[in-house]
Amino acid sequence: MSVSQPTELRQTNSEAPRPALPVDILRFNTCGSVDDGKSTLIGRLLYDSKSLMEDQIEALERSADITGGGQINLANLTDGLRAEREQGITIDVAYRYFATPRRKFIIADTPGHVQYTRNMVTGASTANLSIVLVDARLGVIEQSRRHTAIASLLRIPHLVVAVNKMDLVGWSEQRFLEIRAQFEEFLPRLDIKDVKFIPLSALNGDNVVDPSPHTPWYSGPTLLGHLETVHIASDWNLQGFRLPVQWVNRPNNPKNPELHDFRGFSGQIAGGIVRTGQKVIALPAGIVTTVKQIWTYDGPVQEAFCPQSVTVVLEHDVDVSRGSMLIGPDHLPGASNELHAEVCWMHPRGLQAGRKYFLKHTTHTVQAVVTELVHKLNVSTLETEAAPAELNVNDIGEIKLRTSKPIVFDGYGINRLTGSFILIEQGTNATVAAGMLMPPREVVKSEHGDYVI
Amino acid sequence: MQSYHLDHLQHLETEAIHIMREVAGEFERPALLFSGGKDSICLLRLAEKAFRPADIPMPFLNVDTGHHFPELNEFRDRRAKELGGKLIVRKVEDAIAQGIAVPAPGEVSRNRLQIPTLLAAIEEFRFDCCIGGARRDEEKARAKERFFSFRDSFGQWDPKNQRPEIWNLYNGRLNPGENMRVFPLSNWTEMDVWEYIQREKLEVPSIYFSHTRKAVRRGGQWLPVSDIVPPKPNEDVRELVVRVRTIGDIISTGLVESPATTTADIIAEIAAARVTERGSRADDKSSEAAMEDRKKAGYF
Repeated sequence: MSVSQPTELRQTNSEAPRPALPVDILRFNTCGSVDDGKSTLIGRLLYDSKSLMEDQIEALERSADITGGGQINLANLTDGLRAEREQGITIDVAYRYFATPRRKFIIADTPGHVQYTRNMVTGASTANLSIVLVDARLGVIEQSRRHTAIASLLRIPHLVVAVNKMDLVGWSEQRFLEIRAQFEEFLPRLDIKDVKFIPLSALNGDNVVDPSPHTPWYSGPTLLGHLETVHIASDWNLQGFRLPVQWVNRPNNPKNPELHDFRGFSGQIAGGIVRTGQKVIALPAGIVTTVKQIWTYDGPVQEAFCPQSVTVVLEHDVDVSRGSMLIGPDHLPGASNELHAEVCWMHPRGLQAGRKYFLKHTTHTVQAVVTELVHKLNVSTLETEAAPAELNVNDIGEIKLRTSKPIVFDGYGINRLTGSFILIEQGTNATVAAGMLMPPREVVKSEHGDYVI
Repeated sequence: MQSYHLDHLQHLETEAIHIMREVAGEFERPALLFSGGKDSICLLRLAEKAFRPADIPMPFLNVDTGHHFPELNEFRDRRAKELGGKLIVRKVEDAIAQGIAVPAPGEVSRNRLQIPTLLAAIEEFRFDCCIGGARRDEEKARAKERFFSFRDSFGQWDPKNQRPEIWNLYNGRLNPGENMRVFPLSNWTEMDVWEYIQREKLEVPSIYFSHTRKAVRRGGQWLPVSDIVPPKPNEDVRELVVRVRTIGDIISTGLVESPATTTADIIAEIAAARVTERGSRADDKSSEAAMEDRKKAGYF
């Protein structure tokens, strides 16, 4: 072969102008029931925002000839698995990516079938925003309530109710307002701060990317317009420093005297801000020490914040390992082996009191026994049933647990990262539940006896 | 004045570093799949960011099909050495000689044969986790795969039975013989990768940049002329100014005509691109479910 260029490797050219980067990332998920048109909506967002490539459109056209009688099916863009295309359903969470000059988007397309609620929890747990699709002809159905309740349970800060298939109800403002009123009936019982209603047609593209000529009575933004501008900067918790230790960094490098004694604690900051020279408490040891250095690959920094990944070097040699947590002296967390939580059960083998699991919380895995099923939530009525015998797959309920070692935690409403856990079945290692902790009844005492200062 | 704001690359970076450290914390014998391609180049930088000043606590593993671009292997070997890492290379040729990988009659492509070679390497070194550079934007089956992708004792992926992945709590628990594939770049796009290469001033193999090369027209694409499948007399062979957008084997990697000589040129080219990255890979075009089928059989 002939390669005219010398084969030596080139440094990249950093002087060259680079296109403006999107300012931040918005993660959102779409949920609705089987034929609400979720995948079509995502296909439409990608298609109209010109995020689709020619070969993707060609592939759509190819499959249209085979399965769709010549009609392009935008849902085929996200339904990637063989069984999904064959059955015309979405089995699992599909992730899609697109960007506009204002923002970069990560979409989790989560299926609507009742048996796949666990996938909705998977797709929604990291979302800033949830889109609940409603078929304008059907209005609010049990699935709409279920998805909205899960979005609320997961404390997703922003909700969009996309009233789809408006073309099939003659673009009736009255129908739109009826559906809005149906939602507003149960929204006050939920914990969602920001809700937006948008009338649209995913199939035809009305109010998805471009404003619709059919809704002169609607003065709000298009769906994409809203996604581009919704305020998400305050979605991270910057109060109360938390660093769950993932890994102890010990170079053990005898050749380099500076690194010979280096001992750093690596992790992703799960809350708050940390500064060089500040006091921190190492838990569960309960020892107060000082931050000597915040080490990063790009050089030491004076301060770091959630959700940055850092390596913290402490002034004193304290007992800290994977599963320990470094915290700031303000906004103290709880530490307990008696836990109270809401869970979404995700496994066909139901939950009964007395069962033992592994519980993974931050970077810490402990054994846990479920001591009590407090209640089960009926997601259609939002009423609770006290002391159920069992929680089955897709049930949401409140439980009490006891762990083999205390864990250091916050209420989920305060901090999604230090207030969440998963349960893992022993033996099969299946992830069986997503848990959201209630606020601690008491916080760790800052005047612990063993202080090193 | 600190703004406590991360841009999108910093977000993706901290997510990926967190995942790398979870691997180091949860697995006994992890490995990092390093091919020398652009995605795995980013993985190595992320490993440095996750684990320095200590050594990167896992060896690098590459399955060499024997059909690699020579520039890629040269880069792979040199980069591993620069980082002070241990590079393990297992060759499809050796796997064929040992009867681990069995080619079908007339099968020239080494794509399928990578699978048994990789699985044999995992067994040989008893790796319980392999970090790979796959991204969800590459392909529809990958779009459904978790960060921590569980493989049974045959190395198989079961897309219908994936572990729910909630918040940033990854379940890495395994029984003996089972294996995890972990993809820290899951949420990255092709554009993110190049922007990261630019921001971090990372070196990449020269074939990503424009060069002159003899190419042969096959299956609607320009493929590099090589000795493995030499051009037939009736085939259209030309000398073109090209680069590669994604690197697979030399017999299946489409060349794109391009004048891009810097990372900035490549970023501008991708921003204006009208076909996806994998549109230039013949191995993914063979059927709509080509990638899904290979992953179910134990592919990366």
